[in-house]
Amino acid sequence: MDIFDIIGPVMIGPSSSHTAGAVRIGRVAAEILGEPVRIARIGLCGSFAQTYRGHGTDKALVAGILGFAPDDARIRDSLNLARKAGLDFSFEPRSLPGAHPNTAVLELWGKDGAHCQVQGASVGGGNILISHINEMETCVTGERDTLIVLHRDVPGMIAAVTGRVADSGVNIGNFRLSRPHKGAEAVMTIETDAAVDPALLDTLRAVPGILRIVPIPANNTL
Amino acid sequence: MLDYTTIRELVNQAQAQGVTIGRLALADQAEQCESPAQALVQRMRQDLEVMQAAARDGAERELRSTSGLTGGDAWRMRDYLARGGALCGPVGARAVAIALAVAEYNAAMGRIVAAPTAGSCGILPGAVLALLEQGLADADAAVDGLFCAGAVGMVIANRASISGAEGGCQAECGSASAMAAAALVQMRGGSPEMVENAVAIAIKNQLGLVCDPVAGLVEVPCIKRNAGGVTNALTAADMALAGIRSVIPADEVIQAMREVGESIPCSLRETAQGGLAATPTGKRIREQLFGRPV
Repeated sequence: MDIFDIIGPVMIGPSSSHTAGAVRIGRVAAEILGEPVRIARIGLCGSFAQTYRGHGTDKALVAGILGFAPDDARIRDSLNLARKAGLDFSFEPRSLPGAHPNTAVLELWGKDGAHCQVQGASVGGGNILISHINEMETCVTGERDTLIVLHRDVPGMIAAVTGRVADSGVNIGNFRLSRPHKGAEAVMTIETDAAVDPALLDTLRAVPGILRIVPIPANNTL
Repeated sequence: MLDYTTIRELVNQAQAQGVTIGRLALADQAEQCESPAQALVQRMRQDLEVMQAAARDGAERELRSTSGLTGGDAWRMRDYLARGGALCGPVGARAVAIALAVAEYNAAMGRIVAAPTAGSCGILPGAVLALLEQGLADADAAVDGLFCAGAVGMVIANRASISGAEGGCQAECGSASAMAAAALVQMRGGSPEMVENAVAIAIKNQLGLVCDPVAGLVEVPCIKRNAGGVTNALTAADMALAGIRSVIPADEVIQAMREVGESIPCSLRETAQGGLAATPTGKRIREQLFGRPV
C-alpha cells in the first residue's frame, strides 16, 4: 500500500467494486480476446446482478471492453458509444453457486473470429480476480505484472516459455498452469517481478503451440 | 522508513525532524516508491485538481445519479449559502456544500478521487477546498495537508479498516473524517500532536456508525453522511487547535474502531439488509429500482 492507494485512485463513481473493478474486468477480458470485440454476452452474478443498473456496472463492463481506463469520463456514456461502434452486447443474470458476489462472466467474439470466455470478480477497492479463462481455472489479480499464456497442452511448453522469460532476465514470482483435459488447450499464468520486454512477447508468440500471449501490467495501469 | 502502524510514530518522527506529518510522509513515500518527491507532489496536485473539478461539476442544479435517486442537494446548499446566514458559518456551510457536491457527483458517475473510498469521497475535499476557497490556506498547504491525511489513512487501513463491508461506515466516512480533521489541523498550522488529537476526536464521534445503504447503492445515506463527516472533521480540528486533548489516545481509538467494526453484525456492513436499508421506505425504493427480491 502506498499513499495514493488512500488518496486515490482517481476513478469514475459510484463504487470502487461495482464500477472501477468492473471496468478492469472488462478490459482484461478484451485484452485476452486480443482483437476488437464484435459480440459480448455478459452474465452477472450476486450483487452485480441485483444492482448493476444503479451502480453503472453495465456501463463499466462495456467501457472496459472498449478499452477505457477506470477514470475515463466516457464510461458514463459507454453503452451508447458501444452501440455506435457496432458492438452487440447484452446482459443476463446468472447463478454461479460459490462464486464471489460481484462476479461477471464475459463471453466475447472478435471481429476476426476470436472467441474467449472470462470469469472475473471485483473483490473490493477496485481490485479484481480473474478466476476462469475459457473455463480453465486461473488466479489473475493484476497486482503484479502478469503474463497469461494460452497454449496447446503438448510436451515442453512450460520449459519453452519460462526458459525464455528467464533468458530475458526477468524473475518469475508465481507460476500456475491449468488445463481441462490432457492434450487440449491450457493456460499458464506467470507473475513476474518486472514488466516483460515487448520483444520477449514476440519471441514467445513465435513458439509453436502458443495460442495467445496476454501481458497484464501491474495494478495502476489497468 | 515509516511503517504506518501507529499515529504516535508519525507524531514522534515529525517532532524529531521538526516537520509536518505531511512533509514526513512525502519524504518517506518518495523513498519507499523510489520516486522523486516532486513527482509525488505533482500527482497529489492532480488529485487536488480532480477534487476541485468534482466540487464544481457536482453542484449542477440538474445533476442526477444513475438510479435517479439523488442529485441537486449540493446546488440547494450552495444556493442557501449564497443567501447568507448559514448556521455553521461560511467555512462550515461551504465544506458541507462541497462534500455534497463531490459525493453526488460520484453517484452520478462523475470522476472523483477515492479518499479513502468512493463512498466517502466528499469529506476530504469538503474540508481542504473550503479552507482554500475561504483564503485560510494556500494550495501548497492543501497538498501538504493531503499527504498528512494520506498518512493517517494508511495507519487506519493497517490497524483497523477502510472498508464498509469489513468495518461499517465508521471505516469509510469515519476514516475520511479523521483524515480530513488531520489535514485541517495541519493546514491551520497546528502541531503534530494536535493532529493526533483531532484524529482521535473525529473517530470517537463516528465510532460504531453502520453501513446500511438503501438498495445497496452509494447514495442514501452515504451522500449526507459525507456532509456529516466533514462537519465532524471541522469540529474535531477546531477542538484540537484550541488545545483540547482526547482522553483516549488516537492509536487506542483506532484499535477500538477495529474491535467495534468486527462486532458490527453482517446486516449492517454494506449488505443492504439492515438499518436504513431495511426501513419501509428503504425497502420500497429497492423494489422500485430493482424489483422484488427473488
